[in-house]
Amino acid sequence: MTANSLISLAADLNSGRIRVVDLTQTLAPEFPQIVLPPEFGQCWPFRIEEISRYDERGSAWYWNNFSCGEHTGTHFDAPVHWVSGRELPNNSTDTLPVEHLVGAACVIDCSAEARADPDFLLTAEHVRRWEALHGRIAPRSWVLMRTDWSKRTDPVAYQNFDDTGQHTPGPATDAVRFLIEERDVVGFGSEAIGTDAGQGYHLKPPYPCHYYMHGAGRYGLQCLTNLDLLPPTGAVIFCAPLKIKNGSGSPIRALALVPA
Amino acid sequence: MIPPLLRPRRKNPILRTRLPLLPPWARSRAALGLTAAAAIGRFELQVCAACGSVQYPPREACQRCLSGSLRWREQPGLGELISTTTVHHSHDLFFRERVPWQLGMILLDAGPTVVAHLHGGCAPPPSRVRVGARLDKSGQGVLLAFPIDEVPNMADDRQLREMTCDPKFRKVLVTDGKTAVGQAVVRSIIAAGADLVWVGYAEPWKKLPGLAALEALPQTALLPLDLTDSRSVKQIAAEIGGRVDILINTAEVHRAHGIASRSGVEVARAEMDVNYFGLLRLAQEFGPAMRARGADGPSNATAWVNLLSIYALSNYPPHGTFSASKAAALSLSQCLRAEMRPGGVRVINVFPGPIDDEWNQLLPPPKLSPEALAKAVVKALQDGVEDVYPGDVAQEWLARWEESPKTLEREVSI
Repeated sequence: MTANSLISLAADLNSGRIRVVDLTQTLAPEFPQIVLPPEFGQCWPFRIEEISRYDERGSAWYWNNFSCGEHTGTHFDAPVHWVSGRELPNNSTDTLPVEHLVGAACVIDCSAEARADPDFLLTAEHVRRWEALHGRIAPRSWVLMRTDWSKRTDPVAYQNFDDTGQHTPGPATDAVRFLIEERDVVGFGSEAIGTDAGQGYHLKPPYPCHYYMHGAGRYGLQCLTNLDLLPPTGAVIFCAPLKIKNGSGSPIRALALVPA
Repeated sequence: MIPPLLRPRRKNPILRTRLPLLPPWARSRAALGLTAAAAIGRFELQVCAACGSVQYPPREACQRCLSGSLRWREQPGLGELISTTTVHHSHDLFFRERVPWQLGMILLDAGPTVVAHLHGGCAPPPSRVRVGARLDKSGQGVLLAFPIDEVPNMADDRQLREMTCDPKFRKVLVTDGKTAVGQAVVRSIIAAGADLVWVGYAEPWKKLPGLAALEALPQTALLPLDLTDSRSVKQIAAEIGGRVDILINTAEVHRAHGIASRSGVEVARAEMDVNYFGLLRLAQEFGPAMRARGADGPSNATAWVNLLSIYALSNYPPHGTFSASKAAALSLSQCLRAEMRPGGVRVINVFPGPIDDEWNQLLPPPKLSPEALAKAVVKALQDGVEDVYPGDVAQEWLARWEESPKTLEREVSI
């Protein structure tokens, strides 16, 4: 039965009955990285240096060295990323259970709200309203917050800073706790630069999505794109981080399987 | 009368760009003392420690008493112009393109008679003149006789302009316009007559004050330029590299840490990435085009300015990793200077003491204001010097460093 369903999956992929959607932003030097106050340590942006390009440095081959942080571009947050998850077992990119990295996705469309208010917070009440339309979120699902924020291709608009900091949408504290404690989700994904809202530092606790998700051994995905191509339910996502020893996260190639 | 420099006509694009040539550059080791002094804006001649006679040309032993104790000493340069010569023909390729060329013989009040290039404002002989030292296109020290009093359009003299890097009517790239220093440099260089100033800025989402005001100036054009990103530097060099006459690298990362006060290498790496590798990236991408345009008409490529730090000379331990990155940049700039010299493009290093900015908040005054630093940059271009130590702290450090690097190291590490 299991073997048959995999064979039929392959057939559906070949025939186009199941499409693969790329949820990943291109890793490029101009893509912005998370900004911390300048006295803190900083995440590296993506950088790339040519090793050779069919030239005197290597006549028949083209290749590059690249550098970036664990949290550069479309990336995965492991529980060890946050202080609340530091003591958990199997909390880093090399030890976490790989079965968590493939799973069903519930996509909550907040694009209208985020368009109206860059500081929009997704509350537990919003999630319940979504469930009333699309059904109860199944245990071990990924919950993805669609905001169409990824359509802000200008880095300035994407980062959206003013002199009080960043203004990007994210989840409210009660939604995070609801998703973990009452729905047992495996992780939360966002289109903005972090899983928490730009003003998440001022919530209780600061950065509630990082605090509670990682404290409960759950994961985060950020800088996702193309969430508007996913159905509210019925998609399966793949979001494996690189197997970095004691890694707190990693850039990923996030993919989704969706019915055509 | 010196005719005022007029805005150069646009270049005729179907004519071949003239290649840079250098005046004769060979010097004895003794004669390099003249260059060393001229590089920091001084006119020095050897003075005999035994008999006090002033020497010219530079030599190994005193022309009067044969003592070998000759010391380079600053000269007032005042003297009488005895005769002048106008060269109408030369087999030297550099001067062949620049004749007629005026030379003068000057009896210095200090004793010797010298042969010098002649500023066009000097009155015919016999007349009083002031001899100064300048770096010529080859980067070697030469003597130039000036009129005693300021004459109109002094800086526009054709022969003097072969030895200076005046920003007037030139196109300038300031690599980072987000800092107070960068913004002050942009304003000063415009005030000095620059035609166009490209202003680089990295990480556009970090809004810092002042950049919008710069953008509103008619002479500026903002450009996204990130010195940590090789592709960004390559891109901007491809777009404007062939038009930059003066490059002023104001980009720097400065954090106030020694070794023990900050664990890990990330801060030091960020400093090196901009202060050292940023310079390397710029030099690789902008260097070749500028070197090739060293004789490209009246608005030729003429200078490259690096914002270093007096801490490049000797490590200031409270800002230890920053000091190290600036020392690395100093070393690389010497390589750049050697590589730019065939193009006649001057590399100017600026060594300020603490600048009055956020990263020096805890240092006591005197601190150099960004405006004073910017003025020093413009003056260095106008004078055509190689090394500038603006402000009291830098001057003090320089004097102590020249006297004894080891003593300075101990003094600043307490």
